[in-house]
Amino acid sequence: MLNNQGRPTSPGATTSADKQTFTSNRALQLEEPLIFEIGRTTTTGIDIDAPAPFASRLGQHARKTGPGLPGLSEPEAMRHYVRLSQKNYSIDAGLYPLGSCTMKHNPRLNETMARLPGFADIHPLQPQSTVQGAIALMEELGRWLMELTGCPAVALSPKAGAHGEACGMMAIKAAIAARGEAATRTIVLAPDSAHGTNPATAAAVGFTVKPVPAGPDGNVHPDAVKALLGPDVAAIMLTNPNTCGLFEAHVKEIADAVHAAGAYFYGDGANFNAIVGKARPGDLGIDAMHINLHKTFSTPHGGGGPGAGPVVLSHRLAPYAPVPFMRREGERITLVEDAAGADAFGRMSAFHGQMGMFVRALAYMLSHGQDGLKQASEDAVLSANYIRATLSDLMSAPFGDRMCMHEALFDDEWLKGSGVTTLDFAKAMIDEGYHPMTMYFPLVVHGAMLIEPTESESKASLDLFIATLRDLAMSAKRGETERFVNAPALAPRRRLDETRAARNPVLRWTPPKSVAEAAE
Amino acid sequence: MRYLPLTADDRADMLARIGAATVDDLFVDIPAAARLTQPLDLPRRKSELDVSRALSALAARNVAAGSVPFFCGAGAYKHHVPASVDHLIQRSEFLTAYTPYQPEISQGTLQALFEFQTQVATLTGMDVANASMYDGSTGCGEAVQMAHRVTRRRKAVLSGGLHPHYSEVVRTNSRMTGDAVVSMPADVRASEDIIAQIDKDTSCVVVQNPDAFGNLRDLSPIAEAAHAHGALLIAVFTEAVSLGALTPPGEMGADIVVGEGQSIGNALNFGGPYVGLFATRTKYLRQMPGRLCGETVDAEGRRGFVLTLSTREQHIRRDKATSNICTNSGLCALAFTIHMTLLGDAGLTRLAQVNHAHAVKLADMLDGVAGAEVLNATFFNEFTLRVKGDGASIIEKMAAAGVLGGVPASRLWPGAGLDDLILVASSEINTDDDRAAFVAALKAAL
Amino acid sequence: MSKTYYTRDHEYLIVEGETAIVGITDYAQEQLGDVVFVELPEIGKKVTKGGEAAVVESVKAASEVYAPLDGEVVEVNTAIADDPSLVNQDAAGKGWFVKLRIADAKALDGLMDEAAYTAYLATLG
Repeated sequence: MLNNQGRPTSPGATTSADKQTFTSNRALQLEEPLIFEIGRTTTTGIDIDAPAPFASRLGQHARKTGPGLPGLSEPEAMRHYVRLSQKNYSIDAGLYPLGSCTMKHNPRLNETMARLPGFADIHPLQPQSTVQGAIALMEELGRWLMELTGCPAVALSPKAGAHGEACGMMAIKAAIAARGEAATRTIVLAPDSAHGTNPATAAAVGFTVKPVPAGPDGNVHPDAVKALLGPDVAAIMLTNPNTCGLFEAHVKEIADAVHAAGAYFYGDGANFNAIVGKARPGDLGIDAMHINLHKTFSTPHGGGGPGAGPVVLSHRLAPYAPVPFMRREGERITLVEDAAGADAFGRMSAFHGQMGMFVRALAYMLSHGQDGLKQASEDAVLSANYIRATLSDLMSAPFGDRMCMHEALFDDEWLKGSGVTTLDFAKAMIDEGYHPMTMYFPLVVHGAMLIEPTESESKASLDLFIATLRDLAMSAKRGETERFVNAPALAPRRRLDETRAARNPVLRWTPPKSVAEAAE
Repeated sequence: MRYLPLTADDRADMLARIGAATVDDLFVDIPAAARLTQPLDLPRRKSELDVSRALSALAARNVAAGSVPFFCGAGAYKHHVPASVDHLIQRSEFLTAYTPYQPEISQGTLQALFEFQTQVATLTGMDVANASMYDGSTGCGEAVQMAHRVTRRRKAVLSGGLHPHYSEVVRTNSRMTGDAVVSMPADVRASEDIIAQIDKDTSCVVVQNPDAFGNLRDLSPIAEAAHAHGALLIAVFTEAVSLGALTPPGEMGADIVVGEGQSIGNALNFGGPYVGLFATRTKYLRQMPGRLCGETVDAEGRRGFVLTLSTREQHIRRDKATSNICTNSGLCALAFTIHMTLLGDAGLTRLAQVNHAHAVKLADMLDGVAGAEVLNATFFNEFTLRVKGDGASIIEKMAAAGVLGGVPASRLWPGAGLDDLILVASSEINTDDDRAAFVAALKAAL
Repeated sequence: MSKTYYTRDHEYLIVEGETAIVGITDYAQEQLGDVVFVELPEIGKKVTKGGEAAVVESVKAASEVYAPLDGEVVEVNTAIADDPSLVNQDAAGKGWFVKLRIADAKALDGLMDEAAYTAYLATLG
């Protein structure tokens, strides 16, 4: 599949028109070298006394030389990392209109709760009798997830959304094998609009992926699915609401057809934030659905992770849930860690799952309650439609004027002839103080711009965002390309040369050549 | 509700602008039969105070490691994390930032990842490291699949000294893909002949050092034998501090090194979130899973950092990706790199030395305890104790006496005849009083 | 006397006798953007029409280069493996990918000539 949305990845050279400084700093925008350029192997920011002399039991295995890593004193380290932090955008600082990422506020209560010693300072393998409170928390979180989704079982151990997808698809594979159909049911259906993790996961678990087309209205239609169902199909993977921000209106009919054909329905729960408390995926026929705790349930993104991806399961798949799972016997809950005697398909990772994220997510759930969670979804969908409605006169939408869910999708049809691409538009948003929206996803829409405000934005924030996009859009339509093609101009860095980074990968620091060598 | 800024007036204004009468009109595409009309069977909203009380009550029912003499290891280790680490990772710009897909406004995250990758490659003695995996065990699973891609073979040989959870992850993956796994039996004394298991169909040999029983292993002969058969050596570790005391796996011929980084910068957290460290040789770079951060320049010629070689990943290759991974363990990797920066060579070497010294001290004390025998000839900060009786019961009795004395082998290797073995870990946090309490509780329990 | 053919997947073949030099067209390299990596097949590999012959990666995309017809790989252009930018600079010349020994010359009848390919490009907009 050729990517025909050509986007240059090598920026042209520019020079800054700003005032030049001696340090290259720009007031509060401070340049910061690498630790390898400022640290010394003899410096340490930690005080530990040497032990009294003793007879080593390392045998022949002792290191002969130190690794060669620099250390910094505490003040130097604080300054280094504080300066680095100041170069980052964050949800605490501003709106992230990232479709499919659900960049909502990360409540600080959650951080305090997660750091209680009774949660943070317990070992996964200390006797279970000494951690019943932790296991009870996991049980409570599981109960909320099952009630919110209408599913009878849940696997808590996956460490991220994609890991949860793998868990669900492995449970499906185990169920198929238990019916003796492992050799015949090898195909998984997924729409081309699916997030890349869907086909990647299906392939990683040993399935072959076949695309199922969406209709011109952006939805997957039952006839298209029925045409592909057969004794060779193991499952369909659908995201609902889908990656175009639309609710899959035919989902129940599709689920019934999939089940009638002996296959399973995997639901990608990335967009669950649109329907919490409004509808339950279990009622719509899913057999497995992962939930991104770092999206719907507010655990912080941390610059790329950690996440958590628990998976709710239907009756059909519940027996195959991986270890560990919980078993209650009166007052006591046991974490069952050994698959022997159960139909568990195996183990996803060491220990029990992302406990730190469970505490945060449960704090979020308890804070909102069922009424607050429903309100949050309504506000998320309301805010996305508000943006859609107020921009629809300027920016084209691939599926016309219909209601969206929690995210609004635009294409680049409206930019045709302007000399400004989706990429340029997004980079210009940076100069205005906004992180760009999700761009070029879903792949099925040309120059896609996917905007998800979430429920965390005040109306004033939404209005300023909308006004800014309107200003940018009108500017682009007037052909004022200078504002866009060299953007961003004001961020800590201009556009970066990604071609160079890929052609000549430099993935670690190495000491520079000596001055004498360099002079040759 | 304190997290929801929209007011009733705001909502009314917005609905009017949209042209909808009520908010339920926005959910028109949900089939009527599926719309929830009743509240769910869950409690209503709570104040911070009430949430705090409810969760604190659950936390109070757990015995925190720092409140008792503590000797548990088996893949997760308690160390002192300097106060500044947790302060720094809680800065908004690190905690609440997204993945650095817009590098111009993510240089903080990206530079920290570049420094992290350099530290991991340096510590392990390898050429290049990625921006972290979810944890050591999933990293191990990914390493095996990478070896299959590189060698175009599909049989992995797993040492009997590999952490059982890691082996189970590899076996689970392999059952799904139809790949072969040879699992050596539990190797308490590091006496297995793994080299005899390597043949022309072997893609990789997976060996842990220090192993799950605490023994130290020389990986060089295994690396040689693997290479002679065209196979790769995957070296695993679960205690990152050991890299400060032992010959790095890269110097022993490892082709891929994968391990758990939790010990540095990250709390025990009941098993997660942790941080997987993954490093390899330059020639295998394009088969490496996970995110990579690379150096480049911007349009003004200034040095900057970007995520790179993304075409290996799921969002581009989709069903042909090297892996389905989407996230790394960003904030945990940041905690690791900050702690590692505070340590430096001098600090890490000293920390490792103290860890080993404390384990040796405890082992020496146990030499004098009847009914208990330290089995290891060599160890770093964890060893295997054979006891007279059932290890799990002894651990329970010690817990009742207020000492968390280690992990019974039966918990990790059920039904393997190892019921009289306990894995005992030490670290810099243990005091003489802790060790005395351990010995007293053990004697009482035997 | 060589003749050049084109496919709807934007590959070209310069055919002389039994062998064809296969690459991607200038249109394709422009769509891809800066090429950063190419994966070439092994010499001797037998390819079937529509099967994967090579992989070309830019920063943001990865694309298969499909075998335009059945054949056997007799030579690969290691120059583009060392310097992928050649594909962008000179896709039709120095940026060629593989040389195939054609299994059945009749298969060439189904391919476009230059005029047909130019017309096809115009429809893509």
